Amino acid sequence: MTTLTAKDKQTVKAFWAKVSGKSEDIGASAVARMLVVYPQTKTYFSHWQDQSPNSPAARKHGKTVMMGVGDAVTKIDDLKEGLKELSQLHAFTLRVDPANFKILSHNILVVMAVMFPTDFTPEVHVSLDKFLAAVSLALAEKQGQEDPGVGVNLFRVTPARN
Amino acid sequence: MVQWSESERTIINGIFSHLDYDDLGPKAFSRCLIVYPWTQRYFSSFGNLHNAEAIMGNANVAAHGIKVLHGLDLGLKHMDDIMGAYAELSSLHSEKLHVDPDNFKLLSDCITIVVAAKLGKAFTPETQAAFHKFLAVVVSALGKQYH
Repeated sequence: MTTLTAKDKQTVKAFWAKVSGKSEDIGASAVARMLVVYPQTKTYFSHWQDQSPNSPAARKHGKTVMMGVGDAVTKIDDLKEGLKELSQLHAFTLRVDPANFKILSHNILVVMAVMFPTDFTPEVHVSLDKFLAAVSLALAEKQGQEDPGVGVNLFRVTPARN
Repeated sequence: MVQWSESERTIINGIFSHLDYDDLGPKAFSRCLIVYPWTQRYFSSFGNLHNAEAIMGNANVAAHGIKVLHGLDLGLKHMDDIMGAYAELSSLHSEKLHVDPDNFKLLSDCITIVVAAKLGKAFTPETQAAFHKFLAVVVSALGKQYH
């Protein structure tokens, strides 16, 4: 797994500055494509009334995901630390198989190609691909570690009542 | 045997009938070499691959990109027996070229991205799904003769 070079970080930040205004559309399109092209990913959204790719729930999820990506751009110098909470969420609450991060990342890249064909050059592509892989790795960080919630709940002391 | 719906056949044939192989072949292949640099290991005879600019300007890369993209024509002509159609190419890539079959998926991802860039909004999720299925079957067929 290669680390992000200074050039990668610069490239990602510059490209993000160009495209972040459209982040909601990017997210909605990426999630829609993921649900259509990789239907096994729908298993994570069985709680949605409407699992269709253009449903309000899917659009909202796309927005949430891209907000996370945007946040990760600001924490690009220490993704492991910066995404600690999101990693706990994905590992212990959502229990997402990390292979799916790759799938969503690929669809984000496809959307970038569709929406920004001239800006999404091979150089931007490689830096963004590495960045999304690093984000995915940070999100998968907590997998296999102990769920901190278990220990805390078992041994919590009930406060005395007067 | 892979089942194709009428809609999938129409979409896939549609993509290929408008495909500019001379433009997208070099673009897809050079992206693969740039984004997944370990794939360069098979092309030490191609000359200068030191950076993205060199790769994108390399005539050997361009020629090979066109050749590889035309390799998909075989699948298009034999959609109902893609496994059989690629048996020979699969043996070639395994026994002669010694290509790690994981790389086929990487190249297919790059092909997807350059086709997406070319088609823009016309590359709808449904179009992507049909194209992805086609590429996945070809990739699987290419890996079939490895043992």
